[in-house]
Amino acid sequence: MNSRARGETWLWIAQRASAAVLAVCVVVHLGTVIYAVRGGLTAAEILGRTRGSLGWLAFYALFVLAAAVHAPIGLRSVLAEWLGWRGPSRDAALLAFAVLLAALGMRAVLAVFA
Amino acid sequence: MWRGAAAGAFCHFEVPRYASQTVLDVVTHIQRHLDPTLAYRYACRVGMCGSCAMTVNGIARWTCRTHVDKVAQDGRLEIAPLANLPVIRDLVADMSAFFDKWARAQGRFAGARTRLDDFERVPPQSEARLQADAGIECIGCGVCYASCDVVAWNPDYLGPAALNRAWTLVQDERDAGRAARLRAVAGDAGCHACHTHMSCTERCPKHIAPTAAIGGLKRAVARAALRGEL
Repeated sequence: MNSRARGETWLWIAQRASAAVLAVCVVVHLGTVIYAVRGGLTAAEILGRTRGSLGWLAFYALFVLAAAVHAPIGLRSVLAEWLGWRGPSRDAALLAFAVLLAALGMRAVLAVFA
Repeated sequence: MWRGAAAGAFCHFEVPRYASQTVLDVVTHIQRHLDPTLAYRYACRVGMCGSCAMTVNGIARWTCRTHVDKVAQDGRLEIAPLANLPVIRDLVADMSAFFDKWARAQGRFAGARTRLDDFERVPPQSEARLQADAGIECIGCGVCYASCDVVAWNPDYLGPAALNRAWTLVQDERDAGRAARLRAVAGDAGCHACHTHMSCTERCPKHIAPTAAIGGLKRAVARAALRGEL
């Protein structure tokens, strides 16, 4: 019971912390989108900004990892409360979902960096 | 009015209207004059005991402090037992799970002093004392528990009243059971399950804010986890 309560508390902390990161990341991302489309949007312009930029690599890697932490923890409650799906099978499925989100996201981040 | 247990049905009664008539007056009239087999629960009739809470037109309320004028729609009332609890019969809900959860949340004061020690002095204006004061008037009527969506979705959830009680004890400087209490209220069945819908705070007849108490517990438990004390 103690370890379960501790684990669930850490999940809560991780979700709140990732939410704080996401709040900043979404604002920066939307600001960049609004700035970037002023004179029309082209792939060349985007790649010109991101390719080889360690700053944008770090920013979007953080963004992707925060989303990969945040979304599955939120889904965990949704699955329990709406579908009654609890226990290790749900957590294993959500861990797989988190890895999938992180992998797909990082693939995209690396694609615009390299 | 609901008659029967879980497998019951609504029955129709016509009752006379009086000035300043409460919903409890209506229920009592039915039991005294129309159907003496009706089961319901009340004691003080003046909002002190917390035993007469029922679902009136879909909302959990104290029936003794609810005037018919305020809630009747086209002269009609729908009266049912409290939600989120098993029905024993008619308007009587089984409160066992509700109070068992107070015990699970370690809602009992754990003192560290003996009768040989002097009184502990708690400054009335200290932050902790004010926090405890805000929640300490709960009389355990179950209105918040019956109004809570998370209780409906997650039967293990301790619920607003038990967590509010735990918070008043966490804020009690004299209490020696803090660590065990924080462990008891952590996690998916405890404070972290609250979605801050605030139905408990909106419906509490004592105007207590269990949502704020649960928020305090979330922060206290998180701090304990970060310090490795959980």
